[in-house]
Amino acid sequence: MSKILIIAEHLNGKLNPSTARCVSCAQAIKADAIDVLVLAAAPDAIAADAAKIAGVSKVLTIANPANAHALAAVYAPQIVEVASSGYTHVLAPSTTFGKDVAPRVAALLGVAQVSDIMSVADAHTFTRPIYAGNAIITVQAPADQTLVATVRTASWAAAANGGNAPVEALNVNVELPTHTRFVELAQGASERPDLQSAAKVVSGGRGVGSAENFAIIFKLADKLGAAVGASRAAVDAGYVPSDLQVGQTGKIIAPELYMAIGISGAIQHLTGIKDAGTIVAINKDAEAPIFEIADIGLVGDLFKLIPELEAALG
Amino acid sequence: MKILVGYKRVVDYNVRIQVKPDGSGVVSEGVKLSANPFDDIALEEALRLREKGIASEVVVATIAPADAQAHLRNGLAMGANRAIHVVTNEAIQPLTAARALLKLIEKESPQIVILGKQAIDDDCNQTGQMLAALWNRPQATFASKVEVAGNAAKVTREVDAGLETIEVDLPAVITTDLRLNEPRFIKLPDIMKAKSKPLETLQLADLGVASGDTLKTTGYAPPARRSKGVMVKDAAELVAALKTKGLL
Repeated sequence: MSKILIIAEHLNGKLNPSTARCVSCAQAIKADAIDVLVLAAAPDAIAADAAKIAGVSKVLTIANPANAHALAAVYAPQIVEVASSGYTHVLAPSTTFGKDVAPRVAALLGVAQVSDIMSVADAHTFTRPIYAGNAIITVQAPADQTLVATVRTASWAAAANGGNAPVEALNVNVELPTHTRFVELAQGASERPDLQSAAKVVSGGRGVGSAENFAIIFKLADKLGAAVGASRAAVDAGYVPSDLQVGQTGKIIAPELYMAIGISGAIQHLTGIKDAGTIVAINKDAEAPIFEIADIGLVGDLFKLIPELEAALG
Repeated sequence: MKILVGYKRVVDYNVRIQVKPDGSGVVSEGVKLSANPFDDIALEEALRLREKGIASEVVVATIAPADAQAHLRNGLAMGANRAIHVVTNEAIQPLTAARALLKLIEKESPQIVILGKQAIDDDCNQTGQMLAALWNRPQATFASKVEVAGNAAKVTREVDAGLETIEVDLPAVITTDLRLNEPRFIKLPDIMKAKSKPLETLQLADLGVASGDTLKTTGYAPPARRSKGVMVKDAAELVAALKTKGLL
């Protein structure tokens, strides 16, 4: 008897793939209905994308200029209003968007939140990581309360397209705060695939040595059609901006191919990549912990090996 | 202006956590405890705002067992003016923590509350957002830059798409990301000075907070291990291996 509401994540008029990953999680809960809620200034195109995801029952939209940017304080009261119309579960992706808004929704509903669902045992029992993924706990939430949760996107494949759900525009009459205002979003202008959803990722670590040297990582990534990531050490050293950070406090990703170059493999980094399909490690230190989890390891000087690799790729 | 800082004690960043063989929990006996790294950043930011003359007082608060006094003394040694220790022997969940912190807000009337974006033990990333909701005030999460001007703060946030800047009216809750600042080291004379700074003790039970601890943890398991893979000897072998897997 579960009725699930998924909060759609979107940017610049495009639905984020994290939404389809939440649909997969919702399907594991064996819901009677999986509805997607799109809050936006102009939700129609986003809603049309959401309607195509197989398994979605209905797409709900709330069009409001105040929803132009994903401000948690503005979104939350609207989500609560919709959630209160008979939903048993509210799910959001465990991205910076979902992490920001979901707890606000939970608190307004007066309920606890389950963060980072990795797997579903039943409608109210889930596994989730703690201690940077060094332990996986099973948590049971009360069945008599709305369950608010974030979905660890790397644990769930995106639900395929092929659906044709109806779209319904809602009029939600709640007072929205004006105490929080969007100023700007500085996006790294990049033609490369998005790190969070890319099928291939090439990451550099401290071993790359400098911001200038990082060009070698970007070049290899472009050759492979891959996104670029980095370890915290590389970000802290100022080689690349922080939105490229992969790990416990950065992005948790699950590409088909992950290449860790000059990354020793601190546990906080490994927690961000352990769902990757194939992990390749290139490091000059044969004892580096990254080799413990790599599917394919290559010991050597990255400045010699990367050009050779590019040549071998043809 | 007063700033309230949430200052949680957690298992130290460098401890490699092990799940007990019987799955009843994680090994916590004898492991080193430290301030949550994000909370150190929160306290540092508050101190910098005080040093700039924007804030006049920095209060650190923790919700923890009675033996956490030394932890709060560290916060005082780092530079907080005073400390509040909400005592409970139970490990509480974020909703309860947010409700307890709201009681402290009602008592202290801070203009800014700074918390770490997540504690590195439960990795929940909830308390700041929940507190802001219960307080009915703005939240600026995952902050990498904070500028306070008059009755508002401009906060740059580390979001997946890049850096987002929002403006929030005060009072507000800010949660810290890693690159907001680098916390200062505590100097020996400051440890001595901290001993005489005020540290108030309250019982969580006396705050009149309804427990929000509704999640039951029924099991602990170690993470699935990836099996050790193969080593290749050069770039050509690597390319061949990737081709075999259909990745190229």
